Amino acid sequence: MTNKLHPALIAFTVLVFFFLVGPLVIVIGSALSDTTYLTFPPQGLSLRWFENIFQISAFRRTIITSLQIAFLSTFIALLIGIPAAYALNRYRIQLPGWLSTLFILPVLVPELVLGFSILKNVAAQFSAPIFLSLVIGHSLLVLPYVVRVISASLASFDFSIEEAAISLGSPPLKTFFTILLPNVRSGVIAAFILSFITSINDVSISIFMTGPGISTLPIQILAHMEQFFDPTVASVSVLLMALTVAVMAVVERTLGLTFLAK
Amino acid sequence: MTQNLSIQNITAHYGTTKVLEDLSLDIAEGELVSLLGASGCGKTTTLRLVAGFLEPTSGTIELGGKDLTRLPAHQRNIGLVFQNYALFPHLSVADNVGFGLKQRGISGEDKAKRVGAMLERVGLAHLADRLPGALSGGQKQRVALARALVIEPPLLMFDEPLSNLDAKLRVDMRVEIRQLQRANGTTSVYVTHDQEEAFSISDRVAIMHAGRIMQLDTPEVLYQRPANAFVARFVGFENLIPMKVVARDGAKVTAEMAGGVKLTLGLEHFGAIPDSFILACRADGLAVTDNVNLEGIPATLGLRTYLGRAYQYQCETGAGLLLANGPLTRPLDIGANAKLVPVPEQCTILAPEAEA
Repeated sequence: MTNKLHPALIAFTVLVFFFLVGPLVIVIGSALSDTTYLTFPPQGLSLRWFENIFQISAFRRTIITSLQIAFLSTFIALLIGIPAAYALNRYRIQLPGWLSTLFILPVLVPELVLGFSILKNVAAQFSAPIFLSLVIGHSLLVLPYVVRVISASLASFDFSIEEAAISLGSPPLKTFFTILLPNVRSGVIAAFILSFITSINDVSISIFMTGPGISTLPIQILAHMEQFFDPTVASVSVLLMALTVAVMAVVERTLGLTFLAK
Repeated sequence: MTQNLSIQNITAHYGTTKVLEDLSLDIAEGELVSLLGASGCGKTTTLRLVAGFLEPTSGTIELGGKDLTRLPAHQRNIGLVFQNYALFPHLSVADNVGFGLKQRGISGEDKAKRVGAMLERVGLAHLADRLPGALSGGQKQRVALARALVIEPPLLMFDEPLSNLDAKLRVDMRVEIRQLQRANGTTSVYVTHDQEEAFSISDRVAIMHAGRIMQLDTPEVLYQRPANAFVARFVGFENLIPMKVVARDGAKVTAEMAGGVKLTLGLEHFGAIPDSFILACRADGLAVTDNVNLEGIPATLGLRTYLGRAYQYQCETGAGLLLANGPLTRPLDIGANAKLVPVPEQCTILAPEAEA
């Protein structure tokens, strides 16, 4: 038996495919252009705009800053988010319903508002260092993703498994690490990837916090674009994509991407 | 290394809701006692209190004379078998079974030997390297049983262990559980809502309702001599007829039910009969006869159903609708007048229910 596909369905699928892949093709093409301005299709092939990234010290610095902030804020969000998600699911019946909403508030509030209030109440109020303010801002930004994703994988976790381990003599804290965490591993990794990517791409919170000396990559891209309209920004975007793909590939290798479907 | 369990005057609350009220229960060494009741009766709460997952408001729990009441759950050394198996999904069957031994510092060859022997006993030695996800329900519950038994706990507790299995397997597994429990002589608490399961597996059964034990006794006594109206209904006494004594004459007592019907009851069957009581019997204990001259409860027969061993009738009487059985040899028609004659051996006398 063969499935007959409607021509309209095929056309629609192809359209969606182009919609998803098209922008990426254009960016990659532009990045390879030999011209001094952004253009597609590329005229002449060259890697010189990739070289250019590393010749501009601001790009070198901001790539490192962005990576540091992404790792740190993701780490902090996991540190807060995993126990929070655990408590929200484990004690769902005892806890008031609004508590879980509290943890997704940062997503509901416009990011610009979040950025501005962190600037006013943390960065300015306590004259916190820029780097610290950025880490705090990004931790807040990614925390909801951590709580949501880990909650989703805890929703299918049967807490009597935890009780079984305790009844067999494993203390509660040890049980958390030896029994619970291995069973939500996929959720933790998914949360990590989501947080990391969200942080590294963030503009609206970073734009308030960045100042003299310290900036993040997306802000630097913006700043560069204001002055130059050369393919460097496209090259940086390709690098960012490559980084994301690399992270996914590592995960694919170690766990298999199927975990994302869980 | 089995021990007796003693629960004394336990009261427990969920928030402000009282879920157990002054519950006491003593279980002898090697005995299997079931907690039987509908959901919300407090049976699982009792188990979780003993396991250490809940704390009582007041009262004490002792195992082998040692007070457990405030001891953390992981120090109680109690084997637990859960309804949904609660196997560790990321560990192999052997590692699941070995988990408790590992917590006790037993490792290497000693652990492997004990795990192997235990898996042999539950007939799963060939599946030692599988992950739980690859097992059937019955196999999962055997692993859970092995995991709880291998630590040789002084007390085993089962929380509806067979509810997720199909009917045939349920019967096989309960025999298996009972045999293993007998062989080890482990004191056990078995929580279930299934009466047949509780009666078939237990030395004694505690029938629970609204946070209290309504009756604790052997299955035989519970089945034949329920102590109160609740237990009587629970074990299938379809007919509970409130009566009042109107005359006493030596060994004979005459009592009257609603609708003015009088019955004569012999003290030799019932012992003492209080002035106000409930006559309780199953449909089997109320014989249908079309001989209306006999002493009995006058009735108009309603729907007749075929039970295989007898016909059962819905009977309209002055005391309301009663269920009674009649012989297969004489099927009677709907609308017929008949008498329902209590069979003394199959009737029991209960105290009247408190006004609700």
